[in-house]
Amino acid sequence: MDFSFTDEQDLLQESVTRFIQNDYNFEARQQNTVHAWGYSKENWSTFAKLGWLGVPFSEADGGFGGSSVDVMILMEQFGRGLVVEPFLPSVVLAGGALKIAGNPTQKEKLLAGIIDGSSQGAVAYSEPQSRFNLADVATTAVADGDNFKLSGHKAVVLNAQNADILIVSARTSGQQRDESGISLFIVDPKAAGLTRRDYPTVDSLRASELILENVLVAKSDMLGDLDAGFPLLEQVIDEATLAVAAEAVGAMEVLYKDTVEYCKSREQFGQPIGKFQVLQHRMVDMFMAHEQSKSILYMAAIRMDEGYNALAQKAISALKVQVGKSAQFVGQSAVQLHGGMGMTEELNIGHYFKRLTVLITLFGNTDFHLKRFGRL
Amino acid sequence: MNLELNGEDLAFQEEVRGFLDEAWPRQIRTSYLAPLSGPDKNRISETQVYFDALIKKQWSVPDWPLEYGGTDWTVTQKYIWDRETASAGCPVMSAFGVRMLAPVLYTWASEALKKRHLPAIREASVQWCQGYSEPGAGSDLASLQTKAVLDGDHYIVNGAKTWTSSAHNADWIFCLVRTDPDAKRPQQGISFLLIDMRSPGVEVHPIYLLGNQHTVNSVSLTDVKVPVENLVGEENKGWTYAKGLLTHERTGIAGVARSRVLLQQLRTLTQTTIQDGGSLSDNRSFVEKVDAVDIELMALEITELRTLATVAKGGAPGPESSILKLKGTEISQRISDLKVEALGYYALPYPDQLLSDNEQKIGPDDALTTLQAMLFGRASTIFGGATEIQKNIVAKAVLGL
Ligand SMILES: Cc1cc2nc3c(=O)[nH]c(=O)nc-3n(C[C@H](O)[C@H](O)[C@H](O)COP(=O)(O)OP(=O)(O)OC[C@H]3O[C@@H](n4cnc5c(N)ncnc54)[C@H](O)[C@@H]3O)c2cc1C
Repeated sequence: MDFSFTDEQDLLQESVTRFIQNDYNFEARQQNTVHAWGYSKENWSTFAKLGWLGVPFSEADGGFGGSSVDVMILMEQFGRGLVVEPFLPSVVLAGGALKIAGNPTQKEKLLAGIIDGSSQGAVAYSEPQSRFNLADVATTAVADGDNFKLSGHKAVVLNAQNADILIVSARTSGQQRDESGISLFIVDPKAAGLTRRDYPTVDSLRASELILENVLVAKSDMLGDLDAGFPLLEQVIDEATLAVAAEAVGAMEVLYKDTVEYCKSREQFGQPIGKFQVLQHRMVDMFMAHEQSKSILYMAAIRMDEGYNALAQKAISALKVQVGKSAQFVGQSAVQLHGGMGMTEELNIGHYFKRLTVLITLFGNTDFHLKRFGRL
Repeated sequence: MNLELNGEDLAFQEEVRGFLDEAWPRQIRTSYLAPLSGPDKNRISETQVYFDALIKKQWSVPDWPLEYGGTDWTVTQKYIWDRETASAGCPVMSAFGVRMLAPVLYTWASEALKKRHLPAIREASVQWCQGYSEPGAGSDLASLQTKAVLDGDHYIVNGAKTWTSSAHNADWIFCLVRTDPDAKRPQQGISFLLIDMRSPGVEVHPIYLLGNQHTVNSVSLTDVKVPVENLVGEENKGWTYAKGLLTHERTGIAGVARSRVLLQQLRTLTQTTIQDGGSLSDNRSFVEKVDAVDIELMALEITELRTLATVAKGGAPGPESSILKLKGTEISQRISDLKVEALGYYALPYPDQLLSDNEQKIGPDDALTTLQAMLFGRASTIFGGATEIQKNIVAKAVLGL
């Protein structure tokens, strides 16, 4: 039994922690969200330079690590900084799909750009009716000579507006909710027949609705085998779930610690409000929620690194349940204990709360993963 | 014991329904029951028409005594009124004038102040805001520092108020100010002062709340001259007036009728949200969560009725009344959380709020307003006496701890 990091992992953690501390305070974060593209391009090239964009990929794929623990280390710190740069959609989701499902040609062509930051990706897997069910795919892909023709509506696609590489799940056979019969496609975001509606999300990030009308995709741009996209997608989403859980753990740490500091300094009734026992107990509960989430995060990361199987899937669902419940409690409590200040756009607290609200939903909420945990 | 309304109350209910059918026609109700998603000119004029009808019927301030233009309704009738207007989605006149200031005025103010301000509040022609909280005085309101110093026939007021709801739309502000800095207890040096927002030295700055919602402000007061006749009651008695008001204000505080409407919206959303080809209502664990909050709400409805029944018999509200705000806010927050949960991924989009009416919504129609309501709703356990403070009061005053 050993929960310590390797030397390389320690270094990675040090470098990302230092970056968040020195270059990513809350004001800088807010500034990064005002650009039309939703993040800082300067930071993005820093991420590339420091090798972070290559962290989820093996050396064979041109990356610098490839373990889930590595990704967890990065994401936890990103959560502390409330980082808005599109690491999750571009590197973890799109990069992850290429890593898991790409053939050598596709990897060669596309992964390098993801890793050096010159190109970005997005994965379009959800639809208005699909909720969290990855197999509920109404978008169709019909073979047409050397091409497929894709039509359908993809919902709330993170980072689609910045993506050079769009990965889209579509049905090539079977019924709307069959797990078999789903295929993944690499779609050119500029392809004819593809329209996008971009919008900010509640956490000041970016997403889009995508409408595909007979979008032509070359057969060579299919990712993975025909009709066999579901298990690939499931693995990508499980890796991404680990990533957002790590992010939530980082965000919760900031929330409980900032709340403790605030309650030490805010005085009412002639004393720091942290002296009131009911608030003390609430903060102890916040602290416990964070620690319990962190424990299950480590467990799930270790399981994922041992191999992607039913045990790992079950660990991921357990993680999302624990984190979902904790994040809601910690977020709401932090706002409550800050009183009116916790409600403002000016203070960081409310922004962490909003981001946690999104993370609770992403890739399946508590209800969804509790059921999946039971099934697995 | 019985839960039925008596014949007289049933007749009253019919009368209210008849009135609302005319003043607040059914055709427009459906759109109002959905939360408001942006500035809407139609709504402003329809609301005005409705308020005018209320005023004409002398029903705009039913809780006020008859002599000031209120009604002589029994508590049961007031309850019926709240329930009928909430379920019809009727707009509500701003509480600051009607529910918070007016009772202080008709109980303690001079005849001149009553004459000047009560009719304008009743007719919604003047908007008020509440200047109690300060940066250093939130839960501990008695520690407020805004000073009013008597100078001839004026007070000179200096200080800063914060979290002032609607100050940016208000004509007047009622303030708690310190007139005796040397009083033995901080509560004893506070006065209740009415200030015209157009007075030189009054400045309003917006504070943006979660999701960029502008409802509250900070208000700075610099050498503001306030005529001495704007003092309510006696100098240094302001705390008594403000507190007296808090114990008066019982009905409606739980927001039970409003929560019923929200719960109905949640049930509808459960049915219309697709999951696995069916609807979210096939998801047992989700439906059970909705049922659980429904049951909590049923209990609170009866708790409120028990309070009303005691008051109707001329008694003081019993200990159960102290839980109305605590439970009411907890329940409405829970309903909001479940509505957001029902939205799934469509809880994420937060487009520029000025989407024009003909622009297509992203996701379900009221996704954005659901999210806004959830965010704003976190404040309900902070303002009007935070949950922790309310529980302290119950522990002390009710349980004798
Ligand atoms: C949306 C909104 C609208 C508002 N509108 C108005 C308005 O129109 N006019 C106005 O005057 N004010 C208004 N307020 C202010 C509101 O009344 C205060 O926010 C409230 O009194 C809490 O004060 P605070 O924000 O300073 O929090 P604090 O008093 O600093 O409280 C912070 C936390 O400490 C807890 N706490 C404090 N004391 C104790 C204790 N003794 N025991 C246990 N816990 C304690 C609180 O419960 C809270 O969780 C509004 C606030 C909001 C958020």
